[in-house]
Amino acid sequence: MTDTTPVFHLEPEVLLAYSAGSLDEANSVLTATHLALCPRCRHEVARLDAVGGILTTQLAPTALASDALTAVLARLDEVPSPVEDKVAAAIDDETRHWVPEPLRHYIGTSLSALPWKRRGFAIHELPLSLGAGSVRASLIRTGGGAALPAHSHDGVETTLVLRGAFRDDSGRYARGDVSTATSADDHRPVADPDDECLCFSVIDGSLRLTGRFGRLLNPFIRI
Amino acid sequence: MEQPSPPETAAACHEDLLEAIAIRGDRAAFAELFGHFAPRLKSYLLRLGADAATAEEVVQESMLTVWRKAASFDRRQAGAGTWIFTITRNKRIDRLRRERRPEYDPNDPALIPNRPEDADQTVWSTQIEARMRVAIDNLPPEQSDLIRRAYFEELSHREIAERSGLPLGTVKSRIRLAMQRLRERIDGLD
Repeated sequence: MTDTTPVFHLEPEVLLAYSAGSLDEANSVLTATHLALCPRCRHEVARLDAVGGILTTQLAPTALASDALTAVLARLDEVPSPVEDKVAAAIDDETRHWVPEPLRHYIGTSLSALPWKRRGFAIHELPLSLGAGSVRASLIRTGGGAALPAHSHDGVETTLVLRGAFRDDSGRYARGDVSTATSADDHRPVADPDDECLCFSVIDGSLRLTGRFGRLLNPFIRI
Repeated sequence: MEQPSPPETAAACHEDLLEAIAIRGDRAAFAELFGHFAPRLKSYLLRLGADAATAEEVVQESMLTVWRKAASFDRRQAGAGTWIFTITRNKRIDRLRRERRPEYDPNDPALIPNRPEDADQTVWSTQIEARMRVAIDNLPPEQSDLIRRAYFEELSHREIAERSGLPLGTVKSRIRLAMQRLRERIDGLD
């Protein structure tokens, strides 16, 4: 693996929402995992956190209950309940290499042990139960050179490349890069021929498959 | 409603207090930090729609975490106020939204480290923080309003656009302009 830094980043508004704590969990997992691969966005989020810290400490104070400090002081010597650290040992080196935290924690096992669902020739998907409502999060694994079904969607589709690369009409996306496609885009990503491609994708709103091949797959990909 | 920024000496002091907790479990230092930050954190939680009792509990849990995790505070990474803000933000997500707050692990071998040329940018200091306060105070009102709404009303840029009747593109460009200005103030000047 070459440690090149990403070329395509998350949109500034998304980093702001992540720092403010208003981004939904699925998109927050994608954002934090991009941060693991992107020094530039880490720096931007550190700066935004400082904005949040400054704005918060500029707020006019609100009086606490009169015994609040006493209550907390009395708890300082409590032993915190241990945080359960499930499955850490069960994850293999390949997964540790390609899937950074926090996504690795959410997957919870090795890539090879996941119940992948076949979505067509050389394409596998693993839906992750992450977040609520119309947000759909999944891992997508394609063989080298495979083409994903052409599709568009009602909301925004954000895709983070973890391994390999793909190309669509907006450019070539490699490890750490983020592709943000809106409902206006109707794109057909194709994986680079020399390696498999592993992506983490979050879609707000429902997916619509548009091509001939897409209509064929639609019953399998629908939410 | 907002107060003038405290003098820089006071801010430097908060970092010392956190280190006093980390090094020698200094309860007096903790009480002083509590006195300064807890009432402001309560205001933050109330602004975001918590009821008074829940706000009080989240403040107490946050300050307890400040005590327990003081050893992981690093003044080269963030100021005391920023570090405590992120703890309370995360507690709030945990408690009020009942979601986990996903964060990257700085010690993850899969993490791509900062490049050597980024090293200067990653050292935080009270001087940088003071510059940032000035930069925030000097943002044009339409930009600073959007940033505040993002932090205190839990609105996405889409929701801000819907509620204010502004076109989405205008909201996006104002947020980007604000972030650009802050970046220039922090990185561009000595």
